[in-house]
Parts: sequence; structure tokens; C-alpha cells
Amino acid sequence: MTPFSFAVAHSLPEFVLAVGALVLLMLGVFRAKDGRDWIISELAIGLLGLAFVLLFFDLKSNAVVWGGSFVDDAFGRFMKGLALLGAIGALVLSLDFMRREKIDLFEFPVLVVIATLGMLMLISARDLIALYLGLELMSLALYVIAAFHRDNARASEAGLKYFALGALSSGMLLYGASLIYGFAGTVSFDGIAKALAGGTQSVGVIFGLVFMMAGLSFKMSIVPFHMWTPDVYEGAPTPVTTFFASAAKMAAVAITVRITNTAFPSITHQWQQIVVFTSILSMVVGAFAAIGQTNIKRLMAYSSIGHMGFAMVGLAAANEAGVRGVLMYMAIYLVMTLGAFAAILSMRVTGVYVENIGDLAGLARRNGVMAFFLAAIMLSLAGIPPLAGFWAKWFVFMPAVNAGLYPLTVLGVLASTVACFYYLRIVKIMYFDEPARPFDTASPAVSGVLAVSSLMVVLFSFWPGPITAAAAAAAKSLF
Amino acid sequence: MFGFGILSGLVFLPLVGAAFILCLRGDDEATANNARWASLFTTIIVFLLSLVAWRQFDTASSAFQLVEEKGWLGGGLIYKLGVDGMSMPFVMLTTFLMPFAILASWESVTKRVKEYMIAFLVLETLMIGVFCALDLVLFYLFFEGGLIPMFLIIGVWGGKRRIYASFKFFLYTLVGSLLMLLAIMAMYGVAGTTDITVLLKTNFPVGMQKWLWLGFFASFAVKMPMWPVHTWLPDAHVEAPTAGSVILAAILLKMGGYGFIRFSLPMFPDASHYFAPLVWTLSIIAIIYTSLVALVQEDMKKLIAYSSVAHMGYVTMGLFAMTQQGVQGAIFQMISHGLVSGALFLCVGVVYDRMHTREIAAYGGLVQRMPLYAVAMLLFTLANVGLPGTSGFVGEFLTLLGVFNVNAWVSFFATFGVILSAAYALYLYRRIIFGVLDKPSLAAITDLSMREVALLLPLGLLTIYYGVHPGPILDASAASVELLVKNYDAALAAVKTAALSAH
Repeated sequence: MTPFSFAVAHSLPEFVLAVGALVLLMLGVFRAKDGRDWIISELAIGLLGLAFVLLFFDLKSNAVVWGGSFVDDAFGRFMKGLALLGAIGALVLSLDFMRREKIDLFEFPVLVVIATLGMLMLISARDLIALYLGLELMSLALYVIAAFHRDNARASEAGLKYFALGALSSGMLLYGASLIYGFAGTVSFDGIAKALAGGTQSVGVIFGLVFMMAGLSFKMSIVPFHMWTPDVYEGAPTPVTTFFASAAKMAAVAITVRITNTAFPSITHQWQQIVVFTSILSMVVGAFAAIGQTNIKRLMAYSSIGHMGFAMVGLAAANEAGVRGVLMYMAIYLVMTLGAFAAILSMRVTGVYVENIGDLAGLARRNGVMAFFLAAIMLSLAGIPPLAGFWAKWFVFMPAVNAGLYPLTVLGVLASTVACFYYLRIVKIMYFDEPARPFDTASPAVSGVLAVSSLMVVLFSFWPGPITAAAAAAAKSLF
Repeated sequence: MFGFGILSGLVFLPLVGAAFILCLRGDDEATANNARWASLFTTIIVFLLSLVAWRQFDTASSAFQLVEEKGWLGGGLIYKLGVDGMSMPFVMLTTFLMPFAILASWESVTKRVKEYMIAFLVLETLMIGVFCALDLVLFYLFFEGGLIPMFLIIGVWGGKRRIYASFKFFLYTLVGSLLMLLAIMAMYGVAGTTDITVLLKTNFPVGMQKWLWLGFFASFAVKMPMWPVHTWLPDAHVEAPTAGSVILAAILLKMGGYGFIRFSLPMFPDASHYFAPLVWTLSIIAIIYTSLVALVQEDMKKLIAYSSVAHMGYVTMGLFAMTQQGVQGAIFQMISHGLVSGALFLCVGVVYDRMHTREIAAYGGLVQRMPLYAVAMLLFTLANVGLPGTSGFVGEFLTLLGVFNVNAWVSFFATFGVILSAAYALYLYRRIIFGVLDKPSLAAITDLSMREVALLLPLGLLTIYYGVHPGPILDASAASVELLVKNYDAALAAVKTAALSAH
């Protein structure tokens, strides 16, 4: 058994978040006036930043702690870093928005911190119990913040939908987990892998696997479990949507990659079929369904469905290069998502936030810099070189091609051409159309996030070394 | 400088110019003028620099020259530039034509001049990059990146149906390119690197070659463009501003042909041999069918666009003959077509700037008021037809000769294109230049200005110069093409021997 201090050292970021969330809650209850935010959001950003620093403070060796339920490895650290960045980004974007919409309550940053804590636990989970605990901690906090704007009918509807469907998916996941436990006789990922390595694959385990994949697909918004995505994206307050699209996706993808590769390596062929099938569906649905959208948040929802499909192309390759591809994809997707939502939060006409694509008309002539930044992000989402989005696709498609998944890759690139159409349409609206009403000046925080993420997307080709190396090391630790 | 060579300078200098223009402030006429001059200076400096590179270039050698290499992305991807006899002429063509493109937009582009010039300079970077890249992924980056500035050029500064045309251009090209990307990934899987010099020496399995060849073909056939995936070209040409059309016809189309020479033929010799009849068939259809289509066009630019498709048919036909004359003729045809079609689009631009219509029926009898213009137009029309003494003749003749040695029927059918091209080109000329000038709108039309003469004169001189003295281009490419044909024959012989010994 590992000593207590060793275990704490390896889960320090989680401890900091857990204790910090409680302290922030107390601060909010006793110090904030009328339940207003006061400086809780700023403190929460600092707390998440501290957790991020602690993550890389001392690049520790990989370790399994807390009775084998928690693993601290390079893969986990990479994905945790992304989840924390997503959470920080979402909170930074929320500062101005919450105040203007008069929902700047101190509970919001506290809930974000708790959800992030759940994500970190989920990413590090090494058995089915820890997985479920992390997932539920994350989900329960997310249900609440989805409906955070409770006087707004759309937001309440979004929260309710998300809760009802989320509970269903949790049930499926739990059912799958119990089947796997029943047939493998253990909840530990390594134990499951050992139990299955014998060669006899019972139908029960396959059933369990299917149910688990269904539950996880829901969290990643993979087709056919994507129905909640457009409504929740549209209805929830925009910073909350940002949080869903960035941090929550990181955690869900991380645990899917981890469980498939560490618990089920001996039945790779079985889960590979599922991943290939859902990946194709997601890419195609994401591409076609987004064409008709007029609300930019709905459009981003379908876009994210498509992008999760692309990320799964890397997972379908079922090898180390494929996992590296998924990691690269998620890192680049995170940056693009934060940038895109920062742009959406800059769309404010005479004090009111607008969400129609048409509101962007002629932006290039009203605000050339913002138009350039958003165009770069849109073209990057479309995967046009030399922007970062191209490399994301390069790193997931290459392992898939080399693994011989030709139908998947060919359908994937065709879907990406279709998807390119609606990204181009936004560029077209900004650059070719006659100007619409001008936007108000965006807050420095929002402009800053947009500028930083856009420049990262544009300049990625010039200095890709560190992130590719980190992703390679992270992927290696899983095998 | 900083460990980078002259090719990096060529590639990135236009970007420096673009960055400079980006820093210009203000929206008034003075700023627009500064942007014009800055971009003209940049393109001229790039051209002068390319002349320096040309001097350093040894035409007797078939090896890659002026090579520079840097680590880039880890895992086999490198930043590597270099030129050989097959790419150097295209680099020169690009740097040579860019100042003309800028000059051609001097007066016709009046809105958002700064952005326009930036788009063109970025495009120049990407085009030169395509011809210099010695890493497959780097090539792809430049090849595909060029879509963005061209999309904006057509979409922002184009004609009435610019949005339809720009989307069609972008999406058509993208589908093909993505299939090529998959092929690139598969090649990386086999060779473990995307260094073109290594890939040229890699023997890909014959069965795999066919799929890889098809992937590359999807991209280059669209870019060329070959029948039946040529339909984006007339739309893009018609809607693009004059300079956009010039660059599109003169350089962007050549990327397809360059791709065939650089990748398809040397890397997949067996597949190229296997698919040659397909390419010939498509080429012949392109030559005859699009010539016929050109005959009935009512829009000048559309007519020239279709004639471009027909001329590119000669290029693909000559390339897949895989004889010394055929390939060299194809390269020559591409350079010549770059000069001639660029000049023809400039000629259309001249009258378009005056009358704001490209409809052939709106003109007639221009020779009465515009004698200089009539001379220039006649020269380029005849060069387009392929009259001996102009550069158009050399390319057509060599490609026909090259393919005749391999398959006489192909050259028999392709020769019809020569007759048809004379028909549509002279018919066009008669309708707009000759006849009586009875349209009231044309009564006050003015002849070429000094700027327009300065634009067309160098192109005209070069067209005649290369027509009577094609040596410079042919010599530059000779050594590299010889090596290409030799390796190709050797690869085919090796497969044949293997097949025989297997029996």
C-alpha cells in the first residue's frame, strides 16, 4: 500500500480543487452581498490556474494510488491540463456575460470548480466505481449550470433536457458497468483486461461494453446519442455552453480512450466496430445537419458533433499513434472552441447578445480584426491548411489510414468537405455581404481569448514541436 | 540569412510585403496608392531575387538544387525546399507574372485595395511554395492554403455570381485534395517520411500504386482541370477580377500539371502506365469537347476559360506519353499557356474596364478605334491557336509528336483540337475586332493606355521570343526530364521482368 502522502502528492490538483471549492462556497455564503459574485469568479480562475500549475509542477513518474482506483500518468496530465484550460477559458468568458445578464451569482464559479474536479477524477479513473463517481460529480454540476439562467425559459428547458437524457445515459453506463463486473469479476480496468485476455469472450461482456459506450457517447455527443446537444448548446447561457463544449468534452473523450485501450485491449475488434460506426455517423450528421442552421450556437453544436466524430477516427485506429492523434485533436479543438465562443460572446448589439449568423454580415468592414480572427478559426475548424485544424485532422487520419480503415477515412474526408461548406458560409457572410448593425465593443477578456486562440491556430504550423511531443509522450504512457 | 537560403527568401518575401501593407493605416485614396506601390515593389523584388536564383541554378544537372532543410514537426515531417529543372521554370513564371497581376488591378480595383493586395501577396507566397516544396506535407500545405486567398479574391472582388463561383471553386478543389491527403498518409505509412527526394526512390507496391495514383489524380485532375471535373473553371474565371483570372489561368492550373510531373509519374510509374489510356481518353475528350463548347460561348472570359481546358488537355496527353518530347512539350506548353492565357485575360480586362461587360455581342469593329489593342489581341489569339512562330506552337507540336511515337491514334484525334482552336479563336477575334463599329456605346472607346501597353508588351515579346527560340525553357528542363523518363522506363522494365520470371 502506498503511503498517504505519496497518494496525496499524486492527486494534489484534485485536492486543491476539492478544498478550494468548499472555501469558495463558504466565502460566497458569508461574504458576498445578496448572493452576488463578488470576486468568487476571479478566485475560482486562480484556483483552477493553481491546479494547472500543480499538474506540471513536478513531472512525476506514473503512479497508481488510492487502492488502485486512481492513476496519475502522462496521458491523464495532458487531458487534465486541457480540461483545466477549458474551464479557465469558460470562466474568463463568463465574467462579463454573467454581470450583463444579471445572473452573476457566486454559485456559478463554485459549480464550475466542482464540475472540473469531477472531470479530473474521471480522467484519472482506473476502475468502474471511480469512473462512475467522477462522471456523476461532473454531470450533476453540469445539470445545474445548464439551467443557471432559471428565469429564462430556454435555459430551463435546456437544463431539464440535459438532466433527463443525462440520467438515462448514466443508467445505461451503470448497467453496462454492472454487466462487465458480473462477467469479468472485477471493477479494475487492469483486472478486466486480464480476465478478458483468456480468449473466451462472453456475450455478457460485449453487452456491457455496448452499454458503456452508449453512456460515454452521450457525454461526448456522438451520434446517435447527440440529440441533446443542439438544444442545450442553444438554450444554456453562452459561457456554460463554452464549458460544455470545451472542458466536458475533454473529460469524456479522455475516459473513453482510457477505458477502451486499458480495459478492453483484447476485444479491440469489438469496440473498434462501434467506434468506426458512430464516428462515421457523427461526421456525416455533423456535416449535413449544420448546413441549415441560422443560430450560431446551434451551428457550433452540430460542428462539435462532427468534430467528435473526427476525433474518434483516431481512436478507431486502436494504437498508440491513434491515441496521440486524439490527444492532438482535442488540444487543437479546445483552442478553436474557446476562440469560436469568445467570438460569439463578442456579438452584442446595443447591449443585447445576438446569436444569428446573419448578425455577422459584413463584419470584415465593421471590425476587420475580429473578422480575421473568426475567419481563421472557422477555416481551421474546416481543416484548411496551414491552420491548426488541418494538423488535427492529419494526426487522426494518418493512423487510421495506416491501420487500413479506408472506408472510414474516405467517408471522413468527404464529410469534412461538406462541413467545409458551412464554415465557409460564415466567412462568406463576414467578408462578402453588406454590413449589418455594428457590434458593441467587446470586453478585454473576451477579445483577449479570441485573439490568443486565433493566433495560436494561425501560428501553430510555425512552432508545433512542444505540443506534438507532449501528446506523443502522453499517448505512450497508456500502452 | 538566419540559415535560410534564397528559396525561403522567395517564399516568404511576399509575406513581408503583406505584413507591411497590413500595417498601413487609413482608408483614403493615399493609403490605397501606398498599398498598390508596396505590393508592386514587393513583387518586383521577388522577381529580381528569382533572377538571382536562376543564375545560381545549373541547368545541366538533374539533381535538386538550392536545397535547404530544417527540422519541423518531428516524426518525419521536415521543412525542405529545393528546385530542379521541372520546377524552376514554374517558379520563374510565377514571379514574372505577379507584377503584371498587380499592375492589372491598378485602376480596376477601387474598394478594399489593402486587403486585395494582401490576398495577392499571400497567394504568391503559397504558389512559389508549391513549386519549391520538397516535403510532401509542406507541398500540401501550400497547395491547399492557396484556396483561401483565391476564395476571397473571387468572393470579394468578383462579378455578379461571385459567391456561387467562389464556393464551387473551393469545394471542388477541396474534395480532390483531401483524397490526395489520404494517399499522402498512406505513403507516409510505407516510407516513414514525406521527404520527396526519398519518396522518389521508394518503390511502392504495384497494387498500392494504383490507389495512390487515383488519390493524387483526384486532386490534380480537378486542379488542371480535366474533363469532366472542369466545370468550376469557367465559373471561377468569369467571376474573378481580371488579375484573379490571370493568376488562375497562368499559375494555379499549372499546379495540377506540376503535380503529375513531380509525383504521379515518377513515384507511381506502373500505375501511370496502367492508367495512361484513361488519361489520354479524358484528354482527347477535353480537347475536342471543350473546343466545341468554346465555339458557342457568348462571354469572352468563358470562351478563354474553355480554351484553357482544351490546352491543358495537350499537357496531360503529352505527360502520359512519357517520352522526352512529350514531357518537355507539356512543360513548355504550360509555360507558354501561362503567358498567352494570362495575356488574353489581360486583353479582356482592357475592354471590360472600359465597357463593364464581357459579352461578345456588345463589341464589334474595335479595330476602328483601338488599333494597338487589335494588334495585341491578334498576337495572343494566334499564339493561343498555336501558329508557328509563337510559343503556343512549340508546346502543341512537341506534345503531339511525343504521343505520336507511343500511340498514333491519340495524336490523330488530338490534332482536331488545333483546327477547332483556330475556329473559336478567330471567330472570337472577328466578332469583337472586325466589322463595322456601329454600336453607339463603343463610339468613344479609347485605345490602350501607357500602363496597358507596358502590361501587354513584355508578354507579347516573350510569346514571340519563345516561339522562335524555345531553347531556354527546353534546356532548363531537359536534364531532369531525361532522368524522369529513364527511371520510368527502368521501373516498367523491372516489373515486366518480374512478371516474366514469375511464369
